[in-house]
Amino acid sequence: MAFTIKINGKTHTVDVDGDTPLLWVLRDVLAMTGTKFGCGKGLCGACTVHIDGAATRSCQTSVDSVGASAVTTIEAIGATPAGAKIQKAWLDHEVVQCGYCQSGQIMSASALLASNPHPTDSDIDDAMSGNICRCGTYIRIRAAIKHAAQSNGKGA
Amino acid sequence: MIFDRIASRSAGDISRRGFLQAGAAAGGGLMLSLRLPFAGDEAEAAGAEAFAPNAFIRIPASGPVVLTMPYVEMGQGTYTSIPMLIAEELEVDLKQVRLEHAPSNAKLYGNPLLGGIQATGNSNAMRGAWLPLRQAGAVARTMLVAAAAKRWNVEPASCHAERGDVIHSPTKRRLAYGKLAADAAHVSVPDKVALKRPEEFRLIGTPAKRLDAPAKVNGTAVYGIDARPQGVKVATLAQSPVFGGRVKSVDDRAAKAIKGVRQIVRLDDAVAVVADHMGAAKKGLEALVIEWDEGPHAKLTTDQIVGELEQVILQTGAVAQNIGDVPGALASAATKIEATYQVPFLAHATMEPMNCTVDVRQDGCEIWVGSQAMGRVQEFAAKAAGVPVDKVVVHNHLIGGGFGRRLEADGVVRAVEIGKQVKGPVKVVWTREEDVQHDMYRPYWLDRFTAGLDANGMPVAWNHRFAGSSVIARWVPPFFNKGLDPDSIEGAVDLVYGFPNLHVEYVRKEPPGIPTAFWRSVGPSHNVFVVESFVDELAVAAKQDPVAYRRALLDKSPRARVALDLAAEKAGWGQPLPARVGRGVSVQFVFGSYMAQVAEVEVAKDGTVSIRRVVCAVDCGTVVNPNTVRAQVQSAVMFGATAALYGEITVKDGRVEQSNFDTYQVIRMNEAPAVDVHIVQSSEPPGGMGECGTSAIVPAIANAIFAATGTRLRKMPVDSALLKQPA
Repeated sequence: MAFTIKINGKTHTVDVDGDTPLLWVLRDVLAMTGTKFGCGKGLCGACTVHIDGAATRSCQTSVDSVGASAVTTIEAIGATPAGAKIQKAWLDHEVVQCGYCQSGQIMSASALLASNPHPTDSDIDDAMSGNICRCGTYIRIRAAIKHAAQSNGKGA
Repeated sequence: MIFDRIASRSAGDISRRGFLQAGAAAGGGLMLSLRLPFAGDEAEAAGAEAFAPNAFIRIPASGPVVLTMPYVEMGQGTYTSIPMLIAEELEVDLKQVRLEHAPSNAKLYGNPLLGGIQATGNSNAMRGAWLPLRQAGAVARTMLVAAAAKRWNVEPASCHAERGDVIHSPTKRRLAYGKLAADAAHVSVPDKVALKRPEEFRLIGTPAKRLDAPAKVNGTAVYGIDARPQGVKVATLAQSPVFGGRVKSVDDRAAKAIKGVRQIVRLDDAVAVVADHMGAAKKGLEALVIEWDEGPHAKLTTDQIVGELEQVILQTGAVAQNIGDVPGALASAATKIEATYQVPFLAHATMEPMNCTVDVRQDGCEIWVGSQAMGRVQEFAAKAAGVPVDKVVVHNHLIGGGFGRRLEADGVVRAVEIGKQVKGPVKVVWTREEDVQHDMYRPYWLDRFTAGLDANGMPVAWNHRFAGSSVIARWVPPFFNKGLDPDSIEGAVDLVYGFPNLHVEYVRKEPPGIPTAFWRSVGPSHNVFVVESFVDELAVAAKQDPVAYRRALLDKSPRARVALDLAAEKAGWGQPLPARVGRGVSVQFVFGSYMAQVAEVEVAKDGTVSIRRVVCAVDCGTVVNPNTVRAQVQSAVMFGATAALYGEITVKDGRVEQSNFDTYQVIRMNEAPAVDVHIVQSSEPPGGMGECGTSAIVPAIANAIFAATGTRLRKMPVDSALLKQPA
């Protein structure tokens, strides 16, 4: 059946089964390939998007559960203040390697920074441990989040 | 090793060795075609007299430099460090170099098809490109300067190049490269060019920013899995859960009834569901009822595979290295020490699951994939599709993690087999479970050591025999010679230590029912672990400090000693530590780079190991991009630490028991140690950096665990049950 969902401020209508994961609606139906497939089980975080600002695994989110909520993906996260800061910090700290997991990392980090302007190491562990990086860029991810937080003023 | 020999072949005069040609580019401008050394090159070199270029430097009339190179970007920073070599000698800014994926269709360039095995692996990109790319840059600059001098009717020596312009120094007249490129195409290629001395480098050695980063932070980077040719369908598949099994029957009625499912494709040993999107394809796959004929490996277990290794290791192997008289030295040794080591099968678990998009037509085949080995993709796809190689067009993409997995073309063959039955393009995406359970694995290795120590505890005899799979024998058969291949033995021979009597043997044994493949740090992933663990055992037996013991054996390897001293100093070696916290060290020379690591670990009462800190000192010769070197060490350490703490693929009833990131665990943010990287200044040629951090960290962790607990782990991964604190 048809579902109407709001993604990055735009409304889209898709005709798929209601249990179809949002991930595949984004990637295969709407051709928004910035959101990545990693595990299909909510174990790696590569598919992270924001639903009403909360970091959410799109591979575990059925399209019929989205309703009127606002979905934000990596393609539009740069338009949010936290997302822009995180993206800039990622470039300043040269975080990426293969880059495949980084959409999800950036979505998790942006959600963290938006809700917690000055995260501690332990806050970063809690928010980011669901995102796997096989290139092992964790050290730079941590540094970049702290750097982005400093640009929020009042120290980290 | 193989790659070093290939690299050395490229050194020398430019025209005589014929690695470079120049001419007019299609559409105007200057085109330099060159041949960069590659895995597998040497195997075909004897028969390949014709010049087969695999890298192109194009200076179009419109300006910037376009570099097309055969190496692929899989996170290692090659797309940044390789252009630095060209830009340095060509006298352009890094920003003026644009990089394109090497095409499989060289017609685009009016050149013969790219020949041989194209591959990016074994940390060979920088080692292979170091000399020829700088030479090519210098050749192009020389030709552009000559063209400008002719235009101005002045001596070339009175001109110089700067940031993409040629300048007539006395009059300050200047012309952009683009305006000179067409003329330069008619200048003859200089026989010799002088390369810059290290003190003249303006780019090499600087921490240039990654050119691929912006697209990777905003979702626009395109990986193989993102390919979307017009009308593409999406498929996912179930391969026989037992390697070598076949499909007996398929009931696809329920699957076909699912919305969005278009077609069920049955192969001999796999079934695929083709759908409008992956959601429907996965749902369809789950609805299939497949009965398998499990074949000869239905009862296979890890124990059986290890049992076979335990048998063959009793036999004499091929002698990989023999120095002095080991039996004689052992007979007169004051102390004799023996040990057996084992390392497990490992999966690659790249973040981007295996995938390949194909459009198989009557007259040819088009492929969209991220591959470390384009030539192999083309060759294997042609065979599977039943079309000539020149009818296969491969579009290479960014790679969401390679680590050796994407040196293989099995996923491409699968996609072609499926694509043959599908009208129009189809993207075959493996589930994570398929990716883990149908990987090609780092071989299981079994090692036996005997060492003899003199009265002072110093080694007088070193005897090492190991058994396991030879990936090279399958991947590049000509390199498997007289029972040996250069990869399996790297890190076990040519040790940094000056052992007076040394004997190393290799027994090749292929596991039944389990395919093996290269895995980040390949041969050394195993050899450095066993060698550096056993050296640690010798130090313990000699009642000596592990750093001091190694140091005394490094007379013949001054660069290794400098690295060891630096790592030990920066790690605070010898400083007191709390109970159940320990430091462990490793030293190695592999992939052309020297490295020493010190790991500091803490072992909890329940045996859980956490890595507190890693200090790494590296001498990788000339550093092209220090930022890349640091990033690669950090990355490689995490990769190896994951293997040491968690990595293990096991087999039961012919099936791989692990399936996703819950059963095949990976280090996460909360477990990631700090990694301090210290670079030794050097003007030696660059060594490889993508892999050495992985091989060095595993023994450093095991040795640190020994220091913390007194328990020697001779089998990876860490078994915390062995490390519980006694009550």
